[in-house]
Parts: sequence; structure tokens; C-alpha cells
Amino acid sequence: MTFSTHITDVPDEQVAITCEDVTISYGAFEAVKSVFLEVPRGKVTAFIGPSGCGKSTVLRCFNRMNDLIPSFSLKGRIIYEGQDLYAKAVDPVEVRRRIGMVFQRPNPFPKSIYENIAFGARINGYTGDMDELVERSLRRAAVWDECKDKLQESGYSLSGGQQQRLCIARTIATQPDVILMDEPCSALDPISTLKVEETMHELKKDFTIVIVTHNMQQAVRVSDMTAFYNAVAVEGGTGKVGYLVEFDETANIFNNPRQQATQEYVSGRFG
Amino acid sequence: MASSGSEGLYTLRHRPPSDKLVDQSFRFLVTALAALVAIILFAIFLVVTLDAREAIAKFGLGFLVNSTWNPSTENFGAFTAIYGTLLTSALALLLAIPLGVGTAIFLTENFIPSRYRTIIGNLVELLAAIPSVVLGLWAIFVLEPVLRPLLQLIHRLLGWIPFFSTMPTGPGVMPAVLILVIMVLPIITAISRDSLNQVPPDLRQAAYGVGATRWTSIFKVLLPAAISGIIGGVMLALGRALGETMAVTMIIGNSNNFTLSWFAPGNTISALLANQFGEADGLQVHALMYAALVLMIITFIVNVLAQWIVKRLSLKYS
Ligand SMILES: Nc1ncnc2c1ncn2[C@@H]1O[C@H](COP(=O)(O)OP(=O)(O)OP(=O)(O)O)[C@@H](O)[C@H]1O
Ligand SMILES: [Mg+2]
Repeated sequence: MTFSTHITDVPDEQVAITCEDVTISYGAFEAVKSVFLEVPRGKVTAFIGPSGCGKSTVLRCFNRMNDLIPSFSLKGRIIYEGQDLYAKAVDPVEVRRRIGMVFQRPNPFPKSIYENIAFGARINGYTGDMDELVERSLRRAAVWDECKDKLQESGYSLSGGQQQRLCIARTIATQPDVILMDEPCSALDPISTLKVEETMHELKKDFTIVIVTHNMQQAVRVSDMTAFYNAVAVEGGTGKVGYLVEFDETANIFNNPRQQATQEYVSGRFG
Repeated sequence: MASSGSEGLYTLRHRPPSDKLVDQSFRFLVTALAALVAIILFAIFLVVTLDAREAIAKFGLGFLVNSTWNPSTENFGAFTAIYGTLLTSALALLLAIPLGVGTAIFLTENFIPSRYRTIIGNLVELLAAIPSVVLGLWAIFVLEPVLRPLLQLIHRLLGWIPFFSTMPTGPGVMPAVLILVIMVLPIITAISRDSLNQVPPDLRQAAYGVGATRWTSIFKVLLPAAISGIIGGVMLALGRALGETMAVTMIIGNSNNFTLSWFAPGNTISALLANQFGEADGLQVHALMYAALVLMIITFIVNVLAQWIVKRLSLKYS
């Protein structure tokens, strides 16, 4: 089964992560089927699509976060730096040190704000000036002003939106190669959202970013490439199966999509 | 108004007086029950103190540091028993904490399929269901004889250390410690496992997400997050160890001669009470009551300490 997926022709060294016919299941339930995708290096790639279509599922595969789910299984290959991420020899811990993640729900450590940042950096063997790193990361995540006077207080003493930015800062501080963000702004007010978006623009000079978002304007504002996922009910299936409908430059997805479903989704006529 | 039509379908917008009465009587009932607990506790304390009065008057605080217990001269001191109580409990916890918390970690991580983990978890909890007199018998007939050669070896190699300075020949402090370990292990394991299970999965993801290994995430994130529950479990276990009577009496040797050695027979307060209360009369009864009072106070202090620790730690982590 093939979906008419358009893959832009990018030379290989410009590709960070490649999905080759990736099918992801939870137990017997196929959540996402046959994804072919090339995430370009040094760019922001947005995943959009209706709730439950498998955006988070695909994203979590990029740093083997799905390993934590017992029923999870994957077919196909996810290639990062010429290496199949799911090959036996690959250490998931090393994968996660190079491909960091910001989760859908804020999940700071039950430690001080300072420790929240320092913990990950230390794990990754950071040897530089920790105070400086903490400040820089918090600034880049647009949360320094709220944190600077209470670095020794618990991460939980922040509001939900501030916690999410703390989590972004924590990820930035580990200096990964790729940053995965699962709806990083869903708990943020418009102003912090804009700040985080500015951060992303700046970060993509150094990092490859993949972001899941339900906010179309955000996808337009921050991303260079956009992947639109959808879910269809299949005969005999236990639920809707997600698939990648279309992957293209963001401008094309929003102004000139090839697929009818994309057109309907981005213009808000969906359902 | 459009909504007035549906308003009539919700009949309890105003609570009837009977409903409120139920609320109030329930509150009264639970207050009374809670008060009863306090009253019973206080009554026990009172009776024990009253019965101990004469001994307190005669021996004073010297009772706590006097290690003779001689009914014929009516010279009583509880030092040996107090020392034995604290020593056996401390050693038992020292062994049971790593074992219990380790088991809890094993049971909450995915080293083996969850089906087998459930079985092992249930087995550990079944340990708690064994009556202590059975454990005592098992200690006499199995544990102590099997263990003896090992203890003798330790004595031969390390006998110059005062704690190992006697040749183990039968019941003694060490077998009692081990039987206590078995008794408190299920408490520590079950409570640690529950506390670890209550750590939100998001936290584990967070740790893995910044590249933590399994061990880092366990020791730096999950255990600290669960620590207040784990300490609570340890304190419960300590309470159990301090007060455990039957199995300890059967295997500790019930000697009132003070010695530093862990391999010699010893005593605990509860073992002392269980052994002597039946035949005691006169001042000896009062002395035993005094010892019981000391045990209650020790347990009380442990509990207060536990709550203080839990409060401090949980403040830090929530
Ligand atoms: N841990 C899991 N176990 C079983 N099924 C899961 C699990 N996580 C997700 N699923 C299923 O996989 C499908 C895709 O879920 P996923 O979380 O990837 O959706 P999503 O596109 O991120 O949705 P949203 O936009 O609401 O976050 C859903 O049908 C969901 O029920
Ligand atoms: Mg999601």
C-alpha cells in the first residue's frame, strides 16, 4: 500500500532523519502506517494533523522514547546519520543524548530550577561553566526573567507555561543535534509562544527541529517543511490508522497542497 | 427563558435538609471514632505509667543504663534489653532496606515481563502473612542451624572485632536480626513499590529524554521522587521491628547479661516482657511495666521522627 507522498529532493547530507516505510503498532493496533519521510537538517519541520493521527507516535520514535511503552513495536527503518535507530547495536541512551525531546505535558524534575537544567547537562558530560549554561538556556527558552530570582526553588513552583519553557531550556542545555518538540506551546500564552518561536528561529542555526503543533499559524510562522498526517478507519481494524498524507515545503502545504485532505485541513474545513 | 424547560429535570439544585443532616451526623460520627483512637492510646499510656510508678520511683532514670536484671535481689535495669531492641532493629533495617528497596525497583522496572513481576510481588507480600510464631520455629529449626557454620567462620576470621567476639552456639542476636529482616521485608518492599509506581511516568520520560541511563533515572529521579513514601515504609518497618515479640523471644536467647557481641544471646524489651511477665510479682511487675513504658516512648519518638523526615523530604519534592 502506498500513499501518494511527495518527497522533496534534498541531497543526503542535508537529511537528518529518514523514515523508510515505518509502521508503528501498539499491541495489535496499527497506530501509524507506512510513513516515508525525510527530515531536513538545520530546518524546522512541523507535524500537523487531527488529534490521534499519530504525530506524537512518530515523533517519539525518533529518539526511541516509545521503548518505554511495552506494547510498542515498529516495522521499517528510521535512519539517523546512516544508522538504523532501531538496529540491535544502537544504544537508546546515546540516541537520546543526540536527539532531545520536549514533551506534550510539562514534566520538570522534582528538583530546583537550577538542577533541572544542570542535571541533563551533567549527564551529557558537560564540562563548561554551569551557571552560565543555566542562564543562557533559560534566556533562550524565554523564561529567565521569571526564574532568575528563584533558581534554587523547585521547578514545580512555576506556572504550567513556565514549566514548559523550563523543559525547553533543559533540552537546549543538553545541546542535542536534533530537538523534538511535542506541542511545546500548547500551555503557553501568546507572548511566551512568540518568544519560544523566536527561540526556534534562532535554534535552527544549530539544531534540527521537529515540532508537533495544532496551531496552523505557528506551523506557518516557524516551520520550513510541514508534514500533514491524517487518520482513516480501516476495515477490520480496531481504530483509525494514521498515515502521512503529504510532506512538502510549508508554503506549498498551506497555499498549494496536492491533496484534497490537506487543503480541507489547512483551510479549516475538516471533519 | 430557553433553559427553564430543562431546569426542572435537575431536581437537586437545592439540597433537602435531610441531606445536610446526613452530612452533619457523618461528620460527628467520624470525629467520635477518631477521638476513640486517641482515648484508647492515652488510656494504655496511663495504665502502663501508673503500673510503672513504683519502679520509676525506685530506680529513676538509672533504670535505663543499669544492665543488671536480678529478681532475687530486686535490682532491675533495662539497659541490656533497650540496647538489644535498638541494636536488632537497626541491624535488621540496615539489611532490609537495600533488599526491600532493591526488590521494589526490580518490581517496578521492566527487567522481566509484568506477569512474573506480579507473581514475585505477591510472594513477597505473602511473607507478611506468615505468623511470627511459625517464623520463630523456622528460625530455631532451620535458620539458626544452617547459619551457624557461617557465623562461626566469621567469628574465626573477625573474632577480634568485639561484635563478633563470641562463638555462636545457638540462639543469639544475629539469628533474631535475620528473622526480623524477613518480617519487615514485605513492608518495605510493598510500600516502596507503591511509592515508585506512583511516580508519574512523565518523570521517567523526562529523565530518559535528557539522555539519562536507567540507573541515573532510578537513583537521581525516581527514588528521590518516591523517597517520602519509602521512608514512611521504613519507619513502619522500624515500628514493627522494635515491637516484634514472639519470633524474637524464640530465637534471641533471652539473656540479660550485657555483651557487645552480636553472636551471643541477648534480649529485647518485648522479649523480656513476654518471658517474665507470667511469673513476675511485686517490684518485678513494676519494673517490667517501666520497661514497657520505655518501649512505648521509643516507638513514639521514632514515629514523630518519621513524620518529621517525611514532611521535610516531601516539601522538597512537591
Ligand atoms: N501508549 C499507547 N498505547 C496504546 N495506544 C496508544 C498509545 N499512545 C498512543 N496510542 C494510540 O495511537 C494513536 C496515535 O496517538 P498519538 O498520541 O500519536 O496521536 P497524536 O497525533 O499525537 O494526537 P494529539 O494531537 O491528540 O496529541 C491514537 O489512536 C492513540 O490512541
Ligand atoms: Mg500528541
